[in-house]
Amino acid sequence: MKQKLLIFLVLAIVISVVFSIKTGVLNSKNERYTDVKIPDVIDYNFHIKPILSDKCYTCHGPDANKRKAGLRLDNETSAFEELSESPGEYAIIPEKPNKSKLYHRITTDDPKILMPPIDSQLKLSTYEISLIKKWIKQGAKFKKHWAYIKPKKNNLPEIASSKWVQNEIDYFILKRLEENNLSPSKKAKKETLIRRISLDLTGLPPNEEQIKSFITTDSEADIGEIIDLFLASPAYGERMTQNWLDLARYADSHGYQDDNYRSMWPWRDWVIHAFNSNLPYNEFLIWQMAGDLLPNATKEQILATGFNRNHPITQEGGIIQEEYRSAYVVDRTNTLGKGILGLTLECAKCHDHKYDALSQKNYFEMYAFFNNVNEKGIQMTVPEAVRRKYYADAPFLTITDEDVNNTLSFINKKENEVVSVMVMNDSTPRKAFILDRGEYDNPTEKVKPNVPDFILPFSEEYPKNRLGLAYWLTSNNNPLTARVFVNRMWGMLFGKGLVETSEDFGVQGSLPSHPELLDWLAVDFVEHNWDIKYLLKKIMLSATYQQTSELTPVLKQADPENVLLARASRFRMSGEMIRDYILATSGLLKSEIGGPSVKPYQPDGLWKDTNAGRGLLKVYKKDEGDKLYRRSLYTFWKRTSPPPSMTLFDAPTRDNCEVRRQKTNTPLQALALQNDIQVLEAARVLAQNIEHKEEDTTKMLKSLFEKILIRSPKEDELALLEKYYKTTFDEFTVNHDNAVKMASIGEYEKTWENPAKTAALMLTSQVVYNLDETITKE
Amino acid sequence: MKDKNKKAESPLKINRRHFFSQLSVGIGSLALGSLLIPDLFKSDADTLGGLPLGIPHFAPKAKRVIYLFQSGAPSQLESFDYKPTLRKRMGEDLPDSIRQGQRLTGMTSGQKNFPLMPSFVDFKQYGNSGAYISDFFPHIAKIADDICIIRSMNTEAINHDPAITFLQTGSQQSGRPSMGSWMSYGLGNENKNLPSFVVLTSRGKGNSQGLYSKLWSSGFLDSKHQGVLMRSGKDPVLYLNDPDGLSRSDKRHLLDHVSSLNKLHHVETGDDEIESRIAQYEMAYRMQMSVPDVMDIKKEPESIIKLYGEDCQVPGTYAANALQARRLAENGVRFIQLYHQGWDQHGRLPTHMASQAKDVDQASAALVMDLKQRGMLEDTLVIWGGEFGRTNYCQGNFDPNNFGRDHHPRAFSIWMAGGGIKPGITYGETDEFGYNIIKDPVHVHDFHATIMHCLGLNHEKLTYKYQGRRFRLTDVAGNLVNDILT
Repeated sequence: MKQKLLIFLVLAIVISVVFSIKTGVLNSKNERYTDVKIPDVIDYNFHIKPILSDKCYTCHGPDANKRKAGLRLDNETSAFEELSESPGEYAIIPEKPNKSKLYHRITTDDPKILMPPIDSQLKLSTYEISLIKKWIKQGAKFKKHWAYIKPKKNNLPEIASSKWVQNEIDYFILKRLEENNLSPSKKAKKETLIRRISLDLTGLPPNEEQIKSFITTDSEADIGEIIDLFLASPAYGERMTQNWLDLARYADSHGYQDDNYRSMWPWRDWVIHAFNSNLPYNEFLIWQMAGDLLPNATKEQILATGFNRNHPITQEGGIIQEEYRSAYVVDRTNTLGKGILGLTLECAKCHDHKYDALSQKNYFEMYAFFNNVNEKGIQMTVPEAVRRKYYADAPFLTITDEDVNNTLSFINKKENEVVSVMVMNDSTPRKAFILDRGEYDNPTEKVKPNVPDFILPFSEEYPKNRLGLAYWLTSNNNPLTARVFVNRMWGMLFGKGLVETSEDFGVQGSLPSHPELLDWLAVDFVEHNWDIKYLLKKIMLSATYQQTSELTPVLKQADPENVLLARASRFRMSGEMIRDYILATSGLLKSEIGGPSVKPYQPDGLWKDTNAGRGLLKVYKKDEGDKLYRRSLYTFWKRTSPPPSMTLFDAPTRDNCEVRRQKTNTPLQALALQNDIQVLEAARVLAQNIEHKEEDTTKMLKSLFEKILIRSPKEDELALLEKYYKTTFDEFTVNHDNAVKMASIGEYEKTWENPAKTAALMLTSQVVYNLDETITKE
Repeated sequence: MKDKNKKAESPLKINRRHFFSQLSVGIGSLALGSLLIPDLFKSDADTLGGLPLGIPHFAPKAKRVIYLFQSGAPSQLESFDYKPTLRKRMGEDLPDSIRQGQRLTGMTSGQKNFPLMPSFVDFKQYGNSGAYISDFFPHIAKIADDICIIRSMNTEAINHDPAITFLQTGSQQSGRPSMGSWMSYGLGNENKNLPSFVVLTSRGKGNSQGLYSKLWSSGFLDSKHQGVLMRSGKDPVLYLNDPDGLSRSDKRHLLDHVSSLNKLHHVETGDDEIESRIAQYEMAYRMQMSVPDVMDIKKEPESIIKLYGEDCQVPGTYAANALQARRLAENGVRFIQLYHQGWDQHGRLPTHMASQAKDVDQASAALVMDLKQRGMLEDTLVIWGGEFGRTNYCQGNFDPNNFGRDHHPRAFSIWMAGGGIKPGITYGETDEFGYNIIKDPVHVHDFHATIMHCLGLNHEKLTYKYQGRRFRLTDVAGNLVNDILT
């Protein structure tokens, strides 16, 4: 014990000394980057700006209020100006780092004038300092931020060997692999590939027929046909909608503390329909942003504008109307930023953006577009709303049988029922102001609807309203919209986008790993009329997408985060996908599309424990029958208590727009997969189905494994399962009561004759359902 | 990658990551001493909280926090802020010179006048410090010399949702990490079988406001820092219990096979995430034992039951949760957040507040005494309070026996005890109307900065970079309240 302690102590001292050096206690420089080669040509956007933005902009950036010493480094003109506090001196003199004050201040030994200041907790590494020096030497050239420059389709890069490539995408990927002396991986096995394609396009495992037809295909053309089949299945629209709901912060409740029921689900049904009918992305956006303002707007187009009413709405008595109305407008503005433009606009709500060239004025000019809705902070308190069955605040659209029989046939509504859905209008023109610190009761300068010029000036031809905004968003010249969407789709398939921060393409966001590829895809997407199915198919037909996800020791060493894509990514599915996967493989999944949200199994008491004591959603009343087995996108979403089987797997609360989920790995997830009735029941039903079809134990277990994992078990895997099944069966045979208890879990019909057999097979299914491979897209 | 719960093979490796995570949050220098804190070496691959940043910025006084949140906002005028002037001027209209244009909620903005209403109950002075405490809280009165009463808390929000969110996350808008998540992120976990941030809820009979999971959400921090709601009843943690018919040995048998198959696949794919999954399954298996054990109060002696009150034997009550909090604290849980709903007395304050106070008074005091007798109060910070105060004028009809009070953000009272906080003092002062603060204001950001300080964290240094910005619990503000620190 003493010895151990001594070793620890010695180790601790050694480590601390080593790291003290690295962290600057013993040496003022951070030497972590000594091995990294300084590039030949320094690019402002990719090398310099990230440093300036991270370490300097806080005091020398766009925020005029926080600017120190009058120095502004984010824009070319002011960076070259004479320093206001040191006449005759300049922060940057092109080609002359040693005469540039900036260089002097970041390299000085004098702690009093060292930049960034010691107390800022920020520090430049020697690598960063070398980059800045070389950049100044090369003339200190500034460039507009990469994401605000309109994307171009450059020539495909030259590559050494084109043997591997299947389409344009692969040129860009291979180029970087070659630069890094890496080779792409081999193609994934067919059963892996069909599972991957099916999960990516439908969110469900492939069915037996699909597997069979795929396994027998040979050529790329056939893969294309299979992809087309998946794209044509109604499950495609559901899968895409699931993805859009986080962004659109869709919920079945109003949020805030009372969190009563709202009826927004017909909007969700529209989204499914839009994806399934492959509405081009530009129109998809125009309708949601401003369908109501289109000439001769149809009811469908108006319904689409529910997008901007999905935000939380308070029903707390005693609130100040304007405070909340303003919060709703803010929410719409932020959602536009984060979800569609890839910009963290909300930072500019309270002050000029510290890192992006986005001013508070820009923010409230965008805000002004959403400010004219005929709405209030609160329209009704909960008790009143319940009494009057008022589940949609004005303005709303009413949907009747007639609508459903005619144009809105995609809405899965009960007959004779009239449903109201919140939508947008512009019937209450209001003056908009810059709100000081973002506070509703601090209006200052008056503003008109407008967009930031540095992205793309607002065309004279556009109406100055949401419709104009929608045209601006979807203009072929808008540098962001297509890039951001293409990147999100890439992220959906590969686990992360080419720009990892899919919500932030601004100066502080991450840089694209393959900028030319991102641009190529964005331009190609727009050239193909914003065709989403085309885009997905394009990516999936690439050799890059079709690689195996196996991780070799070489790749693990060279690129553990898989930035260069020398393999496919392997990552855990979303909570929704896991639940759907389990339902589908067990045979329980009901394929009905749309309709009011349903309430499947969830642990008792969750709503009861925390509700405000008012409203319709005080107690979770579980549904029965088929409603227990619908796809997870139909699971009722109560904002203050969202379904735990989703949130445990990193689903957001839907209080705000979110475009990127974490992928954590926690013990609570392990418990959910082991003990959620939904999963246990599925295991039982799968067991029942299999034991009715197969007699032979080995065949039974093989079938079980194949149904869940879409591949045959290997010998050792099968041996383990057989061993497990046999001992479990023996035990349940002895312990009959336990067998009956196990085989009775869940409400679905019990068809077993020998409970020991069913229970043993059920637990064997549970073993497989709990495998990492089952919940992972490989 | 931050969203992976990586497995750590050796303490050496942990240290390396600690250092780098320190670098990433911009903490420049490290002292050797901080390397030697025992928690650091205790943590291993199976720590539920994963790898913490681990190293406090300076020597902490408190190791953990128990926050007794009184949701709905208890009246300071009937608890800790004694204002005899209100009795003298009862029924008079609140002078404009005092109100100074303070905004009103929609509930009283329509009221024509604002008649001053004195406390419904009497106040007396207690302890050596002579702290004023109302008759609603006879047990808390007994610990007057152990607590620090702050009468000058103030907030910016005037409605419950933004006010609670502000107090819990440092921002009125939802989406930021909860205080407990920040502590878990900054300090990691002491117990490998329990989460580092636990939430317990209860509800009184008074007018209540909803609670929401966003209050204990980890926001942009890794979700392993999320608060874990432990509930009364048979499943204290969601999905904790195995189904009927599955014995503990059956479970072990099942897990062994899951593990074997996972290992085979790990060899094939080379993905270490599978190893991490195996470790999480083992952790879950251990939690199935450790959680019921820590929740089981049957082992508590009669004297303890008496101390907390009979209610503590009724699962789901505030008293039971208070006792539970002590047990969790003993087991190394870093942040224990209680919520007791029902303090929103817009009307019928005399009866409703009496019943709310009865729910929490004895158990709150018992918790402090219990921690003290175990020597744990020194390193446990206990906080008691709501999200804002209540108006000194009455809401609705003027009836001294049955009145209400509206929301009042400008001044309210809370108390703190234990780790790092001076005992037996009263801090801050409001004017004779109990309306405005006239001495030593403590803003919510200051409150957060001070709590963090007690835990050895510099609120300006514990940052997390998200969407290009380094976020802090205290946003861009917050000053230490030095006068209340030991």
